[in-house]
Amino acid sequence: MATATNKAPAKNGVNTEALLAAREALSKAPQAAQFKWRATNEWKNGTHSNSTVEGYYGLGQEHRHKKTFNFDADHPAVFAAEDNGITPVEFVLVGLASCLTAGIAAVAQHRNIQLRSVKATVEGDMDIQGILGIDSDVRNGYNGIRVSYDIDADAKREDIEALVAQSQKRSAVYDIVTNPTNVTVVVN
Amino acid sequence: MSRCLSERSIDHVILERGEVAHSWRTERWDSLRLLTPNWQSRLPGYAYRGNDPDGYRTLPEVVDFIAAYAKTIAAPVNAHTTVMSVRSTETGYLVRTDQGDWRCQTLVIASGACNVAELPAFAARVPSSIAQLTGQQYRNPGRLAEGGVLVVGASSSGTQIAYEIQRSGRPVTLSVGEHIRAPRVYRGKDLEWWMDAAGVLDERYDQVDDIGRARRVPSLQLAGTPDRSTLDLNALSAIDVKLVGRLAGVTEAGKAQFAGSLRNVCALSDLKMNRLLELIDEWARANGVDDNVAPPHRLPPTRVDDSPPLGLDLAAGGIKTIVWATGYRPDYSWLEVPVIDRKGRIRHDGGVVEAPGLYLMGAVFLRRRKSTLIDGAGDDARELSVHLASYLDGRPAEQTAGNAA
Repeated sequence: MATATNKAPAKNGVNTEALLAAREALSKAPQAAQFKWRATNEWKNGTHSNSTVEGYYGLGQEHRHKKTFNFDADHPAVFAAEDNGITPVEFVLVGLASCLTAGIAAVAQHRNIQLRSVKATVEGDMDIQGILGIDSDVRNGYNGIRVSYDIDADAKREDIEALVAQSQKRSAVYDIVTNPTNVTVVVN
Repeated sequence: MSRCLSERSIDHVILERGEVAHSWRTERWDSLRLLTPNWQSRLPGYAYRGNDPDGYRTLPEVVDFIAAYAKTIAAPVNAHTTVMSVRSTETGYLVRTDQGDWRCQTLVIASGACNVAELPAFAARVPSSIAQLTGQQYRNPGRLAEGGVLVVGASSSGTQIAYEIQRSGRPVTLSVGEHIRAPRVYRGKDLEWWMDAAGVLDERYDQVDDIGRARRVPSLQLAGTPDRSTLDLNALSAIDVKLVGRLAGVTEAGKAQFAGSLRNVCALSDLKMNRLLELIDEWARANGVDDNVAPPHRLPPTRVDDSPPLGLDLAAGGIKTIVWATGYRPDYSWLEVPVIDRKGRIRHDGGVVEAPGLYLMGAVFLRRRKSTLIDGAGDDARELSVHLASYLDGRPAEQTAGNAA
């Protein structure tokens, strides 16, 4: 389908060769594809907590990020809180947008499309009568999430739309947000 | 394949569990028509001669067509013979059937790509008050209870079944996952005509970028509609079929959960369709066809509600029947030769299975994009029979390079 052109290879900073090699290797060794992602979270005060992310498991062994990442979460003043960090629901928006954007870059690289700028705006609608227990018919979570992309790239509009569509198709966070997931919470 | 083997005077037998065209006789719904036009069913030495080349065969016509071909080529069919097992021997294969054993040097597996309906595990959690049917079991709307029907899957089967059930007065909810939209007629010509003429259907398995991926792509959302109309999601919305996302789960309480990705699966499908139409337009331009056909056009985008429902209480009584049109897989449970991969597919190179003398026909994109069409059987059989004959002669059996070479 894609016609060969003589244009210079795209440079989006994505190592497609390594990703394709990993895909090839993992399709032969599916057990190595089993990952575990982890975070710890500790209450500070009020609705403020701090999360730490450093290690994860994959390719048959433990790994560490090159440094430990910390994230504060809190609620803003309208919730009578101190606003020491973004709200957890905003973390979800951050996760969704960053996952889709990463996917766009990876797919663009694979399709040899040079990106110049990719900007996403994410907005989620929430009726907080749910979390406040005012109306049991209202869900706690988002009613809907909209992501809009402004993309400047060396490609036709349809090709850019196809990048964004393919990124959704392959996005872990998009899948997490759009499909149910069993969640088990225990007290040690 | 039988015809190609006969041409080479290779002694062979066809084992058939029922009558010729068994699955067409027993595993299809009543109104089904072949999704390829009459002219396109070209078998070696056999083609359509009727006066409706652009029509689509009804189910009885398909059965007649295949049965007549078997007769014409004097195919050595042993009917009502069910294969129980196939295993390797020192000289070939031992085939055990309910009518006795066969020994052979070579064996061609042509038992079909669609033997078993694939159901998600959570189908077991559907409340027992709801009747469940697969696409192989469904026959017609009249056999269903009055009331709502959930059709799961929006490829060729799901859309056709949803259409006729909705028209019978039973309100249909259609759960839509990945699918490939396609206009029935484009620029005045059947889409199959374009794909045939432009060489899309002849694309070879060893010439596509990623054959694994090509073999996983869902089949086109085409239907053999008597009026040659396009049966896509917009056509279904227009008769008030309710579109929801992919069925992602059924809770313990019997609530169906739909994915929130309906918009994207429709966008992916529209984009993919437009790329195909673009390829067709380019081919038409380059091959001087432009002046003989209608000008290029694009279909309106698939209409999707702003907030399609994410759940449906199956226990509430609105849904009486679920039809699973979630795809099929081949059944190789009888094959005791170690050639099956972890996903249950036979490992093969264009139909040449890695066990010597073993061949496969009719699998998705076996050798060409058309390999699962009736029209695709001829080229695959011609090439594989060459390989098979070389093998029997004890000569190194090389893969033929195809028409283009």
